[in-house]
Amino acid sequence: MNIHEYQAKQLFETYGIPCPKGAATSSKEEFGTCIDSLNDGLVVVKSQIHAGGRGKGTFTDGFQGGVKLANSKDEAIDFANRMLNNTLVTVQTGPAGREVQTIYFTEGADIEKEYYLAILMDRATSAPVVVASTEGGVEIEKVAEETPEKIFKAFVDPVIGLQAYQARGIAFKLGFEGKQAGACAKLIFNLYKMFWETDADMVEVNPMISTSDGGVMALDAKVSFDSNALYRHKDIVEFRDLNEEDPKEIEASKFDLNYIALDGNIACLVNGAGLAMATMDIINHCGGEAANFLDVGGGATAEQVTAAFKIILSDPKVEGILVNIFGGIMQCDVIAEGVIEAAKAVSLDKPLVVRLEGTNVEKGKQLLAESGIEITSADSLADAAQKIVDIVANES
Amino acid sequence: MSVLVNKDTRVVFTGITGKSGGFHAKQCMEYGTQVVAGVTPGKGGLKFEDKVPVFNTVTGAVENEGANTACVFVPPPFAADSILECLDAGIELIIAITEGIPVKDMAIVKRKLLETNARLIGPNCPGVITPGECKIGIMPGYIHKPGTVGIVSRSGTLTYEAVWQVTCLGYGQSTCIGIGGDPINGTNHTDAIKLFNEDPDTEAIVMIGEIGGDAEEKASEYIKEHVKKPVAGFIAGTTAPPGRRMGHAGAIVSGGSGTADAKIAAMEDAGVVVAKTPSDMGAALLEAWGK
Repeated sequence: MNIHEYQAKQLFETYGIPCPKGAATSSKEEFGTCIDSLNDGLVVVKSQIHAGGRGKGTFTDGFQGGVKLANSKDEAIDFANRMLNNTLVTVQTGPAGREVQTIYFTEGADIEKEYYLAILMDRATSAPVVVASTEGGVEIEKVAEETPEKIFKAFVDPVIGLQAYQARGIAFKLGFEGKQAGACAKLIFNLYKMFWETDADMVEVNPMISTSDGGVMALDAKVSFDSNALYRHKDIVEFRDLNEEDPKEIEASKFDLNYIALDGNIACLVNGAGLAMATMDIINHCGGEAANFLDVGGGATAEQVTAAFKIILSDPKVEGILVNIFGGIMQCDVIAEGVIEAAKAVSLDKPLVVRLEGTNVEKGKQLLAESGIEITSADSLADAAQKIVDIVANES
Repeated sequence: MSVLVNKDTRVVFTGITGKSGGFHAKQCMEYGTQVVAGVTPGKGGLKFEDKVPVFNTVTGAVENEGANTACVFVPPPFAADSILECLDAGIELIIAITEGIPVKDMAIVKRKLLETNARLIGPNCPGVITPGECKIGIMPGYIHKPGTVGIVSRSGTLTYEAVWQVTCLGYGQSTCIGIGGDPINGTNHTDAIKLFNEDPDTEAIVMIGEIGGDAEEKASEYIKEHVKKPVAGFIAGTTAPPGRRMGHAGAIVSGGSGTADAKIAAMEDAGVVVAKTPSDMGAALLEAWGK
């Protein structure tokens, strides 16, 4: 689960991680009071969306930059007015962009130098890793590719946690000296504490900055959490912003369905994540494009299958549906019943290809055949994918 | 012959009195697996299905019934604890089916694993089956057939797809290992390939991977270096959008790494015949095998 920068900064504050003072609001009327709560000087106006590249982004009305530096209160309010409820397109949002619904005002910082700092779970070592670089404010992937020697890592034993010497080691490698090295080490240490205690997937500070008065602070904050651990973090669940999620994906999550909206016109309903991905791949191989990823799980009920159909059909792009089930735990007759129930409940008017294999397959096929619903059945995954791609191509 | 499990394997199910734990324990027993004990804290003394003794602790199951393998079915908040309990009780092989264990819990489990000789399969996996001898997990038994093909995969139903294709072509499986879809797992592709490579009765190998991480690339390096047996494979997620978790916690392309293309290239470089579509896994195996 992702959260906004201003929410991450609230967590930073709790964990004693220094960052510029800021205030966020979703209401135009509060712009003034937000800015007044900050110390006099420059104001940074920041669009809050769950996507990177905001600074270089463009709004759909042509306004440039989702992060702006204002010299006065009036200018800051003007920028904020241009951003709020406007749609920001960045390299990470896709062409549709995201509507900005919250503005975050922060004090301008006296930047001496920019650094990169992140903590994430490293898959290869199955342990948390602290990643830092002297090259901040730029894409870390680019740094890794072009100047890997400027990236420093510290692997953490999850049982004993980050040790003080490791945090100091990173600070010295980044070139900090004296008291400032201590300040940097403390920031890293506190950031790890937050990462671990909140079950974060990743915390990224890009840039972390040094200031001319000898301080070190987090200028930006990007934090995401392990969805599997949210059950033990009620306070973090409160940060969830449904405006940032596809309504179809929100609906799917209510029924414990794994759904991801895609750009194509062939919907698919599959059991199992790997097979669901493979089904998207084979649709593509046959010349079509999947409208979604949908894994109904290992033990879906007829109710879940009906919900899945409703979600699929609420996507106006969908011109055909492929159901691909390899029944293991899930029995084919249960899926067949779900398909029949759903077809009745949602007045199915799109071509439907069904491929069933596995437990109780004959019973499932028989139920579908006797249901009176117009279904094209298929014997293999390849056969099914080719059939739905051909049907959709012929109809459009 | 086979790897990991066989007709002599003595299995304890943790979470045996739960709905899915009970259902699958029964299915495994019907398949012929020696389910010798169950564990549910507070329900010690009961009999599961009127014959399998239930214990309060895993140690109880080990001491009284000689369990040497565990199948973990407890819900995610308690699963890591159950795995650690199995380790402490001296269980040699732990197969964790549970999906949705917090990654932090697994990081700790993984560290503790290093202190023992035990092997963990999973979590978030369908389990392990040696056809005709022992099924531990949630896979449908009847699609399998005893034979000489070793299959390893991160995905459940995609494995069934591969197994079924192999079976329909007239070949059987030595052992099928579901290593699971989580970012931190106990056994990876390389570990499983090693087992198959050293097993005299496994003649050919099918390796099924998906986007995320670099386990398939690492396994390809191992194959290139050490494996003379024919290997076929498939990678799911060629069309998955970057930055999105595709159902499995570990199936995500992030920062340009973990792509299907990179994995396929590494596998092909190692001489693995990679199926173009999931429907061609069986055919890819025959091509690699020269059948």
